[in-house]
Amino acid sequence: MANHAITAGSFYQAKRYPGILGWVLSTDHKRIGILYLVSMLSFFLVGMTLGFLMRLELIAPGKQIVEAQTYNALFTLHGVIMIFLFVIPGLSASFGNFFLPLQIGAGDVAFPRLNLLSWWIFIAGAVLAVVAMFTGSGPPDTGWTFYAPYSLRTGTNVVLAVFAVFVLGFSSILTGINFITTIHRMRAPGMGWFRMPLFVWSLYATAWMQVLATPVVGINLLLIMAERLFGIGVFDPAKGGDPILYQHLFWIYSHPAVYIMILPAMGVISEIMPVFARRTIFGYKFIAFSSLAIAALGSLVWGHHMFVSGQSYAANTIFSLLTMLVAIPSAVKVFNWLATLYKGSIVLEAPLLYAMSFIFLFTIGGLSGMMIGVLSFDVHVHDTYFIVGHFHYVMFGGMGMAFFGALHYWFPKMFGRMYNKRTARIAWAHILVGFNVLYFPFFVLGWQGMPRRYYDYLPQYHTPHLISTIGSWILIAGILMMLTNLVRALKKGEIATGNPWGGTTLEWTTPSPPPVENFAEVPQVEHGPYEYGGAASK
Amino acid sequence: MNVTTGLAISRHRDYTGAKIGMWVFLLTELLLFGGMFLLYSVYRTTHAEDFHYAAQELNTLVGTMNTLILLTSSLTMVLSVATMHAARRKTAIGLLVLTIVLGIWFLVNKYFEWGAKFEHGLYPNSEFLLQHAKGEILFYGLYFSMTGLHGLHVLVGVILLTVTAFKTAKRPYEEVVFGGENAAAMAGARLALVDASGNRLWASDTIDDSVEKVSVRLKYLSVPRRVRKEDYALLENAGLYWHLVDIIWIFLFPLFYLIT
Repeated sequence: MANHAITAGSFYQAKRYPGILGWVLSTDHKRIGILYLVSMLSFFLVGMTLGFLMRLELIAPGKQIVEAQTYNALFTLHGVIMIFLFVIPGLSASFGNFFLPLQIGAGDVAFPRLNLLSWWIFIAGAVLAVVAMFTGSGPPDTGWTFYAPYSLRTGTNVVLAVFAVFVLGFSSILTGINFITTIHRMRAPGMGWFRMPLFVWSLYATAWMQVLATPVVGINLLLIMAERLFGIGVFDPAKGGDPILYQHLFWIYSHPAVYIMILPAMGVISEIMPVFARRTIFGYKFIAFSSLAIAALGSLVWGHHMFVSGQSYAANTIFSLLTMLVAIPSAVKVFNWLATLYKGSIVLEAPLLYAMSFIFLFTIGGLSGMMIGVLSFDVHVHDTYFIVGHFHYVMFGGMGMAFFGALHYWFPKMFGRMYNKRTARIAWAHILVGFNVLYFPFFVLGWQGMPRRYYDYLPQYHTPHLISTIGSWILIAGILMMLTNLVRALKKGEIATGNPWGGTTLEWTTPSPPPVENFAEVPQVEHGPYEYGGAASK
Repeated sequence: MNVTTGLAISRHRDYTGAKIGMWVFLLTELLLFGGMFLLYSVYRTTHAEDFHYAAQELNTLVGTMNTLILLTSSLTMVLSVATMHAARRKTAIGLLVLTIVLGIWFLVNKYFEWGAKFEHGLYPNSEFLLQHAKGEILFYGLYFSMTGLHGLHVLVGVILLTVTAFKTAKRPYEEVVFGGENAAAMAGARLALVDASGNRLWASDTIDDSVEKVSVRLKYLSVPRRVRKEDYALLENAGLYWHLVDIIWIFLFPLFYLIT
């Protein structure tokens, strides 16, 4: 990991310790960002393999490759790994760590040692999650939501898995605290709030949600542990406890968590659009404030996960209404991105392709979210593949595409090399096609009544399941092609210049890869982040 | 020769930043306990009568004593910060130690209080407890988990204050480091202390190629004009944490012991 693309004076050369210690003991935000990136991509590959096995099992009715109990473990681990180890920390921990200080003209984050600690805690959580898979009485089979009372009753290793998630949450909180303080205190002279790049705005909104929502699920998971270890009774109906309260506390965090994933993704898209349209972003303030609006509204919609859990009709109606409202700031962003492209000098490179597929897939995911936010409709498709299709379009189609886009956009800056652009485009095409072939049948299946998390199904659902499994092969081929292309470029790619895309934000003013102190002199910021000149810029 | 080192000094000394970080962290603590207070309020509403009976079993005397102990410890904590700002380091450390002692006293009381409950067979999932009404089971489930988590925070606070005491006992210093190219540029030179009349008070060895970095450490005496709050951000932040632990108890005490 340490030996590629070393150019004179880059941060790769400045090492306090030899070998791997130079990475895992470094407080340089850039090294920590790459540590997160490498660890999360590894977890992503594990999660992807589990998903691949699930799809393989579902290729035809009846038992194919695994037993039912193994299948339950597969979907639980796929969910836990993808959500807690990849999607939630995803963009903010990896690219956020690397580029937040660079984009605001700072030398590092506010608390560099705390930053390293949060990576260590993240790894500790990941190790615990892995240990939970192989110890005790079998891997957890509760689904990633750990719903009581089943999570209290099942004989599997829930305590350790829940503790792993708690530890991961703690890491997320520390990163949030770090970013909030960094954005408040470390901006370069002249960089007012409205001269910050939009990725920074989205990280700011995300950090607040990490800080405010994560403790709630933290206490909830601690109570599940206490329930299993000591039998305190607060979620156990046999002792008077109410499992619905578990669901409330769980979704008070876990719905905002969806926005913790998607906001930095939207930030990335807001970075890519102006650069590849050679035009200032359309409606800067609207995009900035829509991040805050999504954070605020997104924290108040958790009840829409519980329309059929016996909530009062009044609560259902209010949550449904609030859910509809989240569409407004989300649509503001989508329209502004499209308006940015309008009359721009578009350069169709891999980052823009991923950004545009983000818009396409996120729109499908978002609008299907509106559909299931409607009470009458949700009752029919609740706990079906429709839901699974919806959140894969939002999370993978949204956050995943933005992650790949960010990877292609910032790769030359991070590693000082350029990948093969043609292979990148071919891989993108496979990913986009594979994605839709894999996940679109989910909407059809759900509409027809196929319940989620089922090991087996009736013959009438065979065709869409078969198509979906074939899609998973195309998607995985595309992802592997993309990653191979990037890994190859680490050693063999062309040397990248400081600003290969013509970006205008501060990270592009540094050499690629940046030196350890980021900026030789503290930059003076005199204009907004996306100044391309001409009448369009302000 | 001019070597600019201002950045190297000020970089990790952002007092406001440290305070912002701590306050945001305290917010997360409030939300952590908030989840439990939410459960408490729901179950109190649904099982009001059972809660009423269950609460009568708790030892109000020990609860009151612990409240007094924690309130006093908050006083000694804030006095410790104030005396440190007045450059009375020894008094400040003394008050900090007193705060730690009061925290430990609280935990000891808690230990005996819980112990007595356990002896009566009153603990989560005990046969004795399970014979009672559901609301009483919930009351004790919440009592043990909420005061337990709070006790854990007191323990963490005691450890934090101990670390703070050791760190604050040392005089604060700033370090200016000339490394890399700056150190290379100094090759062949010496560092010296020179008084007003030009006499050399002290000189270092010659800086040769073997020197990796040159560091100048400025240690501050504890006199009022040298005391800056920037140097005591840790003490203030530890104090903030301690007050938070105190405030949570202020709510736990009436909710469990007094409302019957």
